[in-house]
Amino acid sequence: MEKQTYSNPVIRWVDDRLPIFSFMDHEYNKFPMPRNLNYFWNFGALASITLIVMIVTGIVLAMHYTPHTSMAFDSVERIMRDVNYGWLIRYIHSNGASMFFIVVYIHIFRGLYYGSYKAPRELLWMLGVVILLLMMATAFMGYVLPWGQMSFWGAKVITSLFSAVPIFGESIVEWLWGGFSVDNATLNRFFSLHYLMPFVIVGVVVLHVAALHVSGSNNPDGIDVKGPQDTVPFNPYFTAKDSIGLGVFLIVWAGFVFYAPDFLGHPDNYIPADPLVTPPHIVPEWYFLPFYAILRSITFDFLFIDAKLLGVILMFASIAILFVLPWLDTSKVRSCRFRPVYKWFFWLFVLDCFILGVVGAKSPDDPVFGVEWFKYVHLGQIGTAYYFFHFLILLPILGKMERPLPLPTSISESVTGGRSDSAAGAATAKGEPA
Amino acid sequence: MADSHADDENRREFLYLAAGAMGAVGAAAFAWPLIDQMNPAADVLALASTEVDISALEPGQAITVKWRGQPIFIRRRTQQEIEEAAAVDLASLRDPEADAERVQKSEWLIVNGTCTHLGCVPGNRVSDRKGEYGGWFCPCHGSHYDTSGRIRKGPAPTNLVVPPYEFLTDTQIKIG
Amino acid sequence: MRKLLIAKLVVGLSLAASTGAYAAGDVLPPKDVKWNFEGIFGTYDRAAAQRGLQVYKEVCASCHALSRVAYRNLMDLGYTEDQVKAFAKEYEVQNAEPNDDGEMFMRAALPSDRFVSPFPNKQAARAANGGAYPPDLSLITKARANGPSYLYSLLVGYTDVPAGVEEQEGLSYNPYFPGGWIAMAMPLFEDGVEYTDGTKATVDQMAKDVTYFLSWAASPDLEQRKKTGLSVMMFLVVFTGLLIAVKKKVWSDVH
Repeated sequence: MEKQTYSNPVIRWVDDRLPIFSFMDHEYNKFPMPRNLNYFWNFGALASITLIVMIVTGIVLAMHYTPHTSMAFDSVERIMRDVNYGWLIRYIHSNGASMFFIVVYIHIFRGLYYGSYKAPRELLWMLGVVILLLMMATAFMGYVLPWGQMSFWGAKVITSLFSAVPIFGESIVEWLWGGFSVDNATLNRFFSLHYLMPFVIVGVVVLHVAALHVSGSNNPDGIDVKGPQDTVPFNPYFTAKDSIGLGVFLIVWAGFVFYAPDFLGHPDNYIPADPLVTPPHIVPEWYFLPFYAILRSITFDFLFIDAKLLGVILMFASIAILFVLPWLDTSKVRSCRFRPVYKWFFWLFVLDCFILGVVGAKSPDDPVFGVEWFKYVHLGQIGTAYYFFHFLILLPILGKMERPLPLPTSISESVTGGRSDSAAGAATAKGEPA
Repeated sequence: MADSHADDENRREFLYLAAGAMGAVGAAAFAWPLIDQMNPAADVLALASTEVDISALEPGQAITVKWRGQPIFIRRRTQQEIEEAAAVDLASLRDPEADAERVQKSEWLIVNGTCTHLGCVPGNRVSDRKGEYGGWFCPCHGSHYDTSGRIRKGPAPTNLVVPPYEFLTDTQIKIG
Repeated sequence: MRKLLIAKLVVGLSLAASTGAYAAGDVLPPKDVKWNFEGIFGTYDRAAAQRGLQVYKEVCASCHALSRVAYRNLMDLGYTEDQVKAFAKEYEVQNAEPNDDGEMFMRAALPSDRFVSPFPNKQAARAANGGAYPPDLSLITKARANGPSYLYSLLVGYTDVPAGVEEQEGLSYNPYFPGGWIAMAMPLFEDGVEYTDGTKATVDQMAKDVTYFLSWAASPDLEQRKKTGLSVMMFLVVFTGLLIAVKKKVWSDVH
């Protein structure tokens, strides 16, 4: 890192002793970014900002929330009705969870499409998967806090997943609950952990960004930066570009907060928790639906593993498999732009995830499109099978068999070549340097 | 040529400035709800007034009641205390206020028992020190109040505050 | 072409997801009612909500609590402080703290108190209603899918038992209620209340009015929310436009 010489004596004094100004200048101001990044590269910055907003609004909500089974629901309603701007802060926070997942899912699929997980960015990718897992745990525990019907039954069902563990299952579940049911002890520990986890996420995000700044950003062509002609400094080029994304993102977020604040939630969560009555149709929040579909699609025993355990294993495996993705994909080419066959399978995979999401929202026994013998559980089984087929079979084989298109020799050549790409083209048509 | 370049620079500067200003306004607007939420909430502001029955109090006795989470001292003053309070030369007071302005009925002194220095509560029991002026003594930093609850000695800047109250009957008062 | 195909599949699946729900049960979807608090500029109809308060007070309140709404909140509906005080005074609440003798005591309700519940707890409410718990109505329009329309449909939806359906002892038939059999007997009858503003109290009118009132009770933040939202949206749109201009300027020298 080059040392700057600052003319302001105070800044120079600090920087000589603790070079934070040089550091910021090097890592953010001047940091070289591939000049061909499209708007899909906004989503990392958007996720960081969402994390900050969630932490700030969350700290504020914790000033009014009471983690006790007899008062939690009331305290949330008091926030909505009596606390100054309480409704606004709570709606920002509750919709913010969904916004966070939208942003992070797009961020992940962008990584999948452009091969951002491949060498030398494997560790960067794996840290990202850790962040996803932490986010899921945080979101799940946060959803329990209002202590509505969905909070309670979501907590019960998800913690009961661990009862599938052989021999120790029951003990683990009792340990998680701190009792014989989801109760006050459970609510208290969830509150404690829900407050803690975001800061753990911040820590992993720092590592994620640190790893990013070692290898530099991937780019839509998936080829390495060859020199200064391929890059522009982060500031002002990408501060300006990220800001547009932020503006659009805030419009979407505000749209939900102000005009459809409960659209992404479930009405049952406005009914106080009742440990004796399960709502007729319980579903997790939308961002968990595909995983919920995988869990429910296993209705059969396999060898010595019973259906319940296998469902739990596959559900966790569906995320864990992302850790080894960099080694499952054998193709040397990063970007889908130059992988004519894989490009199709990528979109098929996106569709599969979407279908699993729909299946997760439906009753397993409902017929699909009114076809009596074809239930949603069957669709879920096909979707689950394809999900793992994609990672375990397709990716290793396709990488060996596919003939990639010729890669451009450099980013600057690709940029000035004026070539457009069908997948990214729609998003980059406006404002990208040609 | 040079002119158009300068125009270009101006335009750029203007755009940066405008975007920066709007960003600052937006950030401030977002910050306000996060700050305002710490102000008293609607249910706190609407807290019930307190009604107190004072029929059991003998002259010279005092009670403490709670109103909005704060101690309210209700003291039935003796004739001597009333005279002492009325006789004070206002010019000698740190926070000049006549006794008559501080009571509705001279027999009844009703003050917020929070020391105006740093918020301690002076002793209000019979056994507590009354200070050099026969009113209240704040043990935290030694403020002396007289029989009208006025600051006479010590660090407190102002007199004990008289809360809003009304006599519903001769023996019933409503505070708030 | 490919995108079109995917889009078609997506739309198809979404439709399947939204229509499938009703095919399974025998429950009718709520009637399609336009409420004036919907939409970007929506506000509560004060006159209707005030009439709805009267319906709640005279009909619903004998079984259903409204425990999250305070009497002082009624000032939002256009009542004066004195009217609210008088309204609250009709009810008795137990004081939060005991008297000087250490005994809990009842006193007239104040504007700062929440609506007094008809029953002290859930068990008592059940016991008095043949085992069925009349839900607290504070959040009812948020706690049901398509809440306002559902509530209205339910209130006007009582019908005769259709042919071939077996009568259920102690329950009433209502096709808008999941399962069709509801423990609440038909609550609204023509002229069941005498509106103070002279409006004719038809069942439809009362059902609509009480829906306005309870929608307000569930989302008292709605008007401020939509008003704030409008300024926020306008600000964000202008800001984003400005940022686009900045970005274009910044990138103009990269060729």
